[in-house]
Amino acid sequence: MTEARAIKIAVTAMGGQGGGVLASWIVKLGERAGYIVQSTSVPGVAQRTGATVYYVELFAEAAANGRMPVMALMPASGDVDIVIAAEFMEAGRAILRGFVSEQTTLIASSHREYAISEKIGLGDARQGVDDVRDAAQKAANRFIEADMAAAAEASGAVISAVLFGALAGSGALTISREVFEETIKSGGRAVEANLRGFAIGFDLATSNTKATAKPAAASVPKNQPSHAISLLLDRMREELPPETHAIVCEGLKRCVDFQDVKYGDEYLSRLAPIAEADKQYGDGQNFRLTKLAAKHLALFMAYEDAIRVADLKTRRSRFDRFREDVRAEPNQIVVVHEYLHPRVEEICDILPAGLAKGILKGKTRKRVLKAILGGGKRVPTTKLRGFLQLWFLSKLRFMRRRSFRFRIEQTRIQQWVDLITEFASQDYKLACEIAAMQRLLKGYGDTHARGLANYNRIMARIEEIVRQPNPAATLSALRDAALKDEEGAELVSAMDQLQPAQDAAE
Amino acid sequence: MAERSFAKEVEDLRIGAGETFRGEGILAVTKALLQSGVSYVGGYQGAPISHLMDVLSDAHDILGELNVHFEASASEAAAAAMLAASVNYPLRGAVTWKSTVGTNVASDALSQLASSGVKGGALVIVGEDYGEGSSIMQERTHAFAMKSQMWLLDPRPNLPSIVSAVERGFELSEASNTPVFLELRIRACHVYGAFEAKENVSPSFTLADAMENPTRDYGRIVLPPSNFSHEIEKIENRWPAAIEFIKKHKLNEFLGGHKGKAGIIVQGGMYNTLIRALELLGLANAFGETDIPIYCLNVTYPLIDDEVKGFCLDKKAVLLIEEGQPEYLEQAVNSILRGSDIQTKIIGKTVFPRAGEYTADVMRDGVTAFLEQHAPKLVRGAPSKAPVLLAERMASVFETVPQRPAGFCTGCPERPVFSAMKQVQKDVGDFHVSCDIGCHLFSILPPFDIGNTTMGYGLGWSGASAFNAEAKQRTVSMMGDGGFWHNGLTSGVGNAVFNKNDNVLIIIDNGYAAATGGQDILSSRSANKTKATNNPIARAVRGMGVEWIKEVHTYNIGEMKSVLKDAMTTKEKGPKVIVAQGECMLNRERREKPVRHKAIADGKRIIRTRFGVDPDTCTGDHACIRISGCPSLTLRDNPDPLKDDPVAYVNNDCVGCGVCGENAHSAVLCPSFYQADIIFNPSWWDKLKANVRSGIIGALQKMDYKIRQRVSFGDAR
Repeated sequence: MTEARAIKIAVTAMGGQGGGVLASWIVKLGERAGYIVQSTSVPGVAQRTGATVYYVELFAEAAANGRMPVMALMPASGDVDIVIAAEFMEAGRAILRGFVSEQTTLIASSHREYAISEKIGLGDARQGVDDVRDAAQKAANRFIEADMAAAAEASGAVISAVLFGALAGSGALTISREVFEETIKSGGRAVEANLRGFAIGFDLATSNTKATAKPAAASVPKNQPSHAISLLLDRMREELPPETHAIVCEGLKRCVDFQDVKYGDEYLSRLAPIAEADKQYGDGQNFRLTKLAAKHLALFMAYEDAIRVADLKTRRSRFDRFREDVRAEPNQIVVVHEYLHPRVEEICDILPAGLAKGILKGKTRKRVLKAILGGGKRVPTTKLRGFLQLWFLSKLRFMRRRSFRFRIEQTRIQQWVDLITEFASQDYKLACEIAAMQRLLKGYGDTHARGLANYNRIMARIEEIVRQPNPAATLSALRDAALKDEEGAELVSAMDQLQPAQDAAE
Repeated sequence: MAERSFAKEVEDLRIGAGETFRGEGILAVTKALLQSGVSYVGGYQGAPISHLMDVLSDAHDILGELNVHFEASASEAAAAAMLAASVNYPLRGAVTWKSTVGTNVASDALSQLASSGVKGGALVIVGEDYGEGSSIMQERTHAFAMKSQMWLLDPRPNLPSIVSAVERGFELSEASNTPVFLELRIRACHVYGAFEAKENVSPSFTLADAMENPTRDYGRIVLPPSNFSHEIEKIENRWPAAIEFIKKHKLNEFLGGHKGKAGIIVQGGMYNTLIRALELLGLANAFGETDIPIYCLNVTYPLIDDEVKGFCLDKKAVLLIEEGQPEYLEQAVNSILRGSDIQTKIIGKTVFPRAGEYTADVMRDGVTAFLEQHAPKLVRGAPSKAPVLLAERMASVFETVPQRPAGFCTGCPERPVFSAMKQVQKDVGDFHVSCDIGCHLFSILPPFDIGNTTMGYGLGWSGASAFNAEAKQRTVSMMGDGGFWHNGLTSGVGNAVFNKNDNVLIIIDNGYAAATGGQDILSSRSANKTKATNNPIARAVRGMGVEWIKEVHTYNIGEMKSVLKDAMTTKEKGPKVIVAQGECMLNRERREKPVRHKAIADGKRIIRTRFGVDPDTCTGDHACIRISGCPSLTLRDNPDPLKDDPVAYVNNDCVGCGVCGENAHSAVLCPSFYQADIIFNPSWWDKLKANVRSGIIGALQKMDYKIRQRVSFGDAR
């Protein structure tokens, strides 16, 4: 029957995102514009970071002429006119719940608030948004998407204000912009900022272009590389295929920045044989192996030690960045304390090999050094004392080549390089996977120890892996398993599934 | 101070006859109580009725003017016992709690009350926490009504109906000397609507009148022989009186049409969902006008036999819409009809799912299935709903959209407790953890995944009391301060002392009943003009006879770890109690933020502390997140072109609690975390220091920059 019906609006948000504010604004808006309004929600524990739905129904008083409509307390699938999602995956959830249909205007913020399952991954466990976006385009009558969070940030408004503006701009309700703005004003809280946010939201919906969080960087005049570096770059261009230059250049930067020009040269020397093998056994156009190796070799060579940390922590660029990250006003005073926890191992890493070995052998010596170091340190980098500590530490770079850790790493790197070149001939894919194995070697302290242990466990059985039906796939599966859980349970079980081979290296 | 202030809403409680009251269902109930001349109100907070408690505690002025006593009861049992005031005296009393959990706690007192019977109206307002958003076991309050023979109101979920249910509820209670349940589903509690108000009424007979002129009646006390006569009274007097009243005042409604061989009996609370389903099927309009006969049960216990028979007599089949299980109504209606040999088919759980919430879609499908069988003409050519994306086309979306388990808020003081526990387990090995009810129960969810069982509010330690045996590992029990005062002090601590328990209890002392909305409790630090706060938990625990007791500030993870390790390993026998202290950050920020903003605006020197992560030293391993799970500790793309994994990132919601830094120390994580103290309105001394520092530091950085320029890559790509 073509009777008068209610306008149904669902707001899907996460607890703490202020979906309640938006819902109450819509209620007040409806009352101002002459609607009978009902709204419900199920806060409960969802208020604590869970996903929740606020539901509003508007019924035109004119159409009711005195009668009281019976309004529902929850949305029915295929019967929601407007869905407002305060986060992109919540738009996906709304689609899953059937709120989004051919009669629906879907307004979604494109920004992501990562769920805990996405955040705790040892690598990258974030979900892609493409199929949600695709589903939204298919399911909704109209789909308005923009980064409302960025807009809120820019205007100092709450995201609800931007979404409210987008609702107004969408024209899904036949209520004038003025009434919307009146509603915000009557709220009386942060009115100015919220009206700014509202305005941006309105424009985003009408133009429906993505919010531009930052202005595009101005183009900088061309800078020439210094002499020493241009020599390196020339060698790169001579010895390596052009397809790989971009990534190799990044790798070079990293190695030079980590140690010196010579180190960059060594980087190229190690890369050369791999590139040769690639030319021979690769497809001759993509140079996948060289690119992978170039990337991981750089990370391998620019390992993280105390000198490196001190260096990075004391740079001007880093000072600028943390000011930006903590939203400090220009010229506002920011005092920074680092949380550092140097242990005997990290100290020995940067000491001359002989001395370090001596310390690590002697129990008492170790204990003494441990006592000297004490527990965690809070180093005030923006104060002279703290800065100078780190600054002098960073200057120890000149003796890094003689350090304990440096030697260990160089041997480890060489073995890895040799392995890659060796296998490139017989199993190109496997060689690529071996190159990618470096991904396990990241971080400091316990994290690095764990990664290294897994790396060694797997590499120790490379001979066995080669004998598997599909060595490359096996190796990459093992690597993924190592990134599954901290306890390494996944890896162990994956290793057990390796098909036994005689004279397996154990 | 509660999480939400109702200072403004409270003023609406004053509005008089003819004015329109706008607000949440639960606020309408509050207004209705005042309109009914209630003398005293009590209860225990919990979703979905927390707001009722919060409104009343914000409304003490008005309550004072009206001579109404309000009490935030120590537990639901205490609240139920409060209704004893209506046994001997013509005093109207109301209590409220979350059901069914609260009703479980209260049921001893309720049984006593229902046996004694009441002179003044006694109303028990239960928030039925069932279906979406619920945090408790899925059960029905209906069973309690039946076992204790208390009447159960389940009004239509609109404000006028809810308000009249309160008013009629008192009258029904007095007419039948029986306490009455008013059941409100979670959405009805939070439904925003309007109704026409009446004047508030001050009770004609006051509590003081009762205290100054006490009257006794041995016949009201549950002891032989009265207990036996009570049961007879229930059957012979109270029940018939209730039936009479319900019929006379038409508490149940005959809605919809009067023709047709098929009809619908529906719980009042489900009425709106039913009408929407019929509207979508084209069988009702937006105003609920339909030809299908509907018998709406605003009273679901007791049933009115004549009304049921009368409705069913001329029908072939009747759909019985009854949410939850067991299907008590279906059984009762069947026995009523068969008893008088009426053969009308009763269709209930055969077309509806036996378990689970009756959502709009479930309702639509159930009604459709019923009509297809028993009134096919009606559903022929029913409008189909607007097409939504087919499940198979959404398969990938199912995979993509992540679950969002509830978690600890940004800066929550409970988080570090579990960070410490996770780290201690690495040292002393895993241990059995008995949980309790409260925010701390989120420990069973990622990233902590700590906890074995939860047996009820305040029962954390008794939940582990069986493990009082010789073993190489101790058990750890959790308890919140809310649960501790609710009953954990006796059922947990007292029980452990008395039985010479050798295990460990951690009491989370965050200063509020935080999970239910931050209401004050005995140990709250805040001053409260109507309540006596600042009673330390540790003192109560010592009073119970615990010798080993440590108070730790939760944010100090290092100390928390060592204390917990000590408790787990000490040779000392006997119960060990750790009081983990740290104020609920939600409440703290609510109090501090405005003050801070004002101070900054007024030009006062203020330091805002927050934390950050350096992307170029971050390992992208996220160990820091795995032992924290703070909402403001999240991810962003790795700015390093050579690295794939996203780096940790502290967003601007950070309140500077320092847990991530503490974790980085105690768990020896990467050196990426830094604390930033941002100084607003710095003093001249601040400025001087800052200038000197940045002068020298800047010079050194400039020098380094020059050196690095010697090996500059320029714009080489």
